Amino acid sequence: MTNIKKRLSAERRFKFYGQLGVFLSLLFVTLLMLKIFTTGSGAFFRTTIEADVFFDPNFMQVDKNSSDKEISRASFEALADSVVNYNFKDLNEDQFIKVREMFTRRFDYQLRDYFLDNKDDYKKTVKLKITASSDLDQIVKGNYPRNVPEAQRKINDYQLSILDELNKQERIGSTFNFWFFTNGDSRDPETAGIWGAIMGSFYALMVCLAFAFPIGLFASVYLEEYTKPGKITDLIEVNINNLAAVPSIVFGLLGLGMLIGVFNMPFQVPLVGGLTLGFMTLPTIIIACRSSLRAVPPSIRHGALALGATKTQTTFHHVVPLALPGTLTGTIIGMAQALGETAPLLMVGMVAFVMEIPGGPLDPATGLPSQIYLWSESAERGFIEKTSAGIMLLLLFLIAMNLTAVLIRRKVEVKW
Amino acid sequence: MVYLALLLLFIVSYSFYYFGKNRALKIKFTGDQKLASLPDYYGYFLVLVVFLPSLIIWFILLLYKSNFQELYVMSPSLFPDIAQWSDAKFGLIMNKISNLALIVNIPEADLLKGQTSLLNMSSESELIAAKNLASFDNIYGWSIVIVFILLPVILGLSVSRLINQKLNVQPIVEKTIINIIRFSSIVAILVTFGIFFSLIFEAIKFFQYVNFADFFFNTAWNPNRAWVISSGETVDPEILKDAFGWVPLLTGTLLVGSVAMFVAIPLGLASAIYLAEYASSKVRDIAKPIIEILAGIPTVVYGFFAALTLAPMLKNFGDSIGIDISAESALAAGLAMGVMIIPFVSSLSDDVIRSVPNSLRDGSYALGATKSETIKKVVLPAALPGIMGSFLLAVSRAIGETMIVVMAASLRANLTFNPLEPATTITTQIVTALIGDVEFENPKTLVAFALGLSLFVMTLILNIIAITIVRKYREKYD
Repeated sequence: MTNIKKRLSAERRFKFYGQLGVFLSLLFVTLLMLKIFTTGSGAFFRTTIEADVFFDPNFMQVDKNSSDKEISRASFEALADSVVNYNFKDLNEDQFIKVREMFTRRFDYQLRDYFLDNKDDYKKTVKLKITASSDLDQIVKGNYPRNVPEAQRKINDYQLSILDELNKQERIGSTFNFWFFTNGDSRDPETAGIWGAIMGSFYALMVCLAFAFPIGLFASVYLEEYTKPGKITDLIEVNINNLAAVPSIVFGLLGLGMLIGVFNMPFQVPLVGGLTLGFMTLPTIIIACRSSLRAVPPSIRHGALALGATKTQTTFHHVVPLALPGTLTGTIIGMAQALGETAPLLMVGMVAFVMEIPGGPLDPATGLPSQIYLWSESAERGFIEKTSAGIMLLLLFLIAMNLTAVLIRRKVEVKW
Repeated sequence: MVYLALLLLFIVSYSFYYFGKNRALKIKFTGDQKLASLPDYYGYFLVLVVFLPSLIIWFILLLYKSNFQELYVMSPSLFPDIAQWSDAKFGLIMNKISNLALIVNIPEADLLKGQTSLLNMSSESELIAAKNLASFDNIYGWSIVIVFILLPVILGLSVSRLINQKLNVQPIVEKTIINIIRFSSIVAILVTFGIFFSLIFEAIKFFQYVNFADFFFNTAWNPNRAWVISSGETVDPEILKDAFGWVPLLTGTLLVGSVAMFVAIPLGLASAIYLAEYASSKVRDIAKPIIEILAGIPTVVYGFFAALTLAPMLKNFGDSIGIDISAESALAAGLAMGVMIIPFVSSLSDDVIRSVPNSLRDGSYALGATKSETIKKVVLPAALPGIMGSFLLAVSRAIGETMIVVMAASLRANLTFNPLEPATTITTQIVTALIGDVEFENPKTLVAFALGLSLFVMTLILNIIAITIVRKYREKYD
């Protein structure tokens, strides 16, 4: 009897371990997502300080008759300083610097952009919501503890007292952070945006697609339809399977050594990044294409051949179109992999600080994952939530791509 | 402009398809003469004639743009002593000229102060070169237009004159198509050889600076010793004796990998057994894809999680119980990596466990074994080769993983087997070696390729072993 009891409790224990394994794995997924989403959601909003802005002719180099070009070239630095003095009376020099630090460093750009659209406000006073500096933003959002000694804080006691006063006057607000979606990278977290990185990744993926899809499809057509099974095909097969397991960083080294070292291509550009990602996804695409070509039943080929079609006609008029949906799902999954890959981009230099939005595959750029890496390495506290927000966007794109692949598989793919 | 031109090339090619087809259809026949090929093929024929040369020339123009640029700008007539310049000087002057080119055509009144002084500092020939460079983009743009429009149209029109009823284009077209797809499969194979040879060549260059034995058996890793070497300089290997010792990197990699496997093997195997043997199909359908999400999350996300959440958490935990856990410990990186490779273990093992035929289980039950006894004594032994294969693939994945260790592990080499201490890995050092200036003639850059080669060989061997185990020892049941 004891034996049975022991065996049954061993049975229960064993099952429990299994459940624990599944539970822990699921827990990790949830924790990871929760962590990313709770830290990242803050980045979609930015803290503003309402200030009275008097477009004072004494501090401006332009007036309401100036052309747009003149205004965009003019400095609004002096006006920004005057706004600080105008809103916070009787500041000494130290206090002035501290109050100025509470606003974003691109204060003057914000004033300039407003003035470009509202030239009639010249010599008038308007209430504007000026973006706060990232350090203040983090205090307001509660990401910085306030109750640590002053020396450990980026915002000192004097600035905190001003903040509390502003809060009492209800001049601290929060708006949707459009800059995050429209700007390129920046040294200041409050103005840093992800658009440059998204475009960089987009160009790289386009290059990757243009390289890997035709080559992958044609190569698998050749291997499946035109070669007879034999030593050479076996060799190629083993070759491609091994290629699929090579670490991505090695593909990065290939891009660096081959494209940049031998072919003298430029550093940092999506063209090289995309080709490198293309080398990496090529095996994935070939494996997917071959299995969907293999799934097309021989009767289709025999039928076409029996009607007098040549080999090429059979292949390109009948077999390839039928296999196309399957090759598409494989390609999209390969592209999703390429989008999330950071190491190859690191190797070919797509991790530099790039402010401009790239206009093509030959402009210096970063990619989405490498931008996330760059931000995560940054010492500024405000970049932590930017990093998480970037990750949220990256995951969103990945989910969208994988869903598309699943949909194509469900709706379009031919089942034999 | 390039995109517009590329679009135009497609349009031109497409219209030549109809042109060729119509031309073939318009041929007047006498008696029972027929076209040698189907009319479509005359269209395809022209498309190939039009499209391929343009594409090839465009690739050459694109690849060697900077070379053409230098040839055009740095002419010996402007700089008579150009042949004697060093590469560094050439690069410096070229850089100056490209800066000048941006401003050389702007009216003087619009220039900023620094730009005017740059103009004043430049010699006459540099200014001319800058003007040439500024006009180069224009010339380059026009040459692309020629390649994409003029060349195809001329080629297409002249070749279309050859079309008559006796010209059998079908074999030509089909042979070209077969050659194109053959070329594609050669490219796919070339990638493998490309990897191998680019790694080998650069690694050979590296071993001209560093002794083979020093690299593989030395335990000191101080790559910054190589920073004193300027590019292309030959140095005594003795100087670099203690600079590039591979051993601490290998142990670090294995250490992080072991921590990862310590997480991934129990969790992955337990999940696989539960999902394959115990779970109802409903639970399985939900849980399996969710676990597989773990493999689809980009590694940079795990790196961020390890560096910003896991490492501080472990450090605080260590402080609270009086153990010193480094902020860059192998433990944090290994744990995150372990979570990442759970699905590699679980998915593959799950497949293998499910492929064990039910008759084996039924036999065991019939002898009175409980479910867990059946799994432990019958199912797992039968599935063992596949499970081992999945472990090996997971190990090879862990060794080659880059971003997690770059973000969470240490940069300093440390010969240790204690996971609480900082450790560095091969992949981390590859990335570190390539940060900053990349100089292909300097061991501090070249070491990345030597490390990459060792990584490539290690993962390749692991894969081959894994595949062999799975193939050789797989029980065949049908």
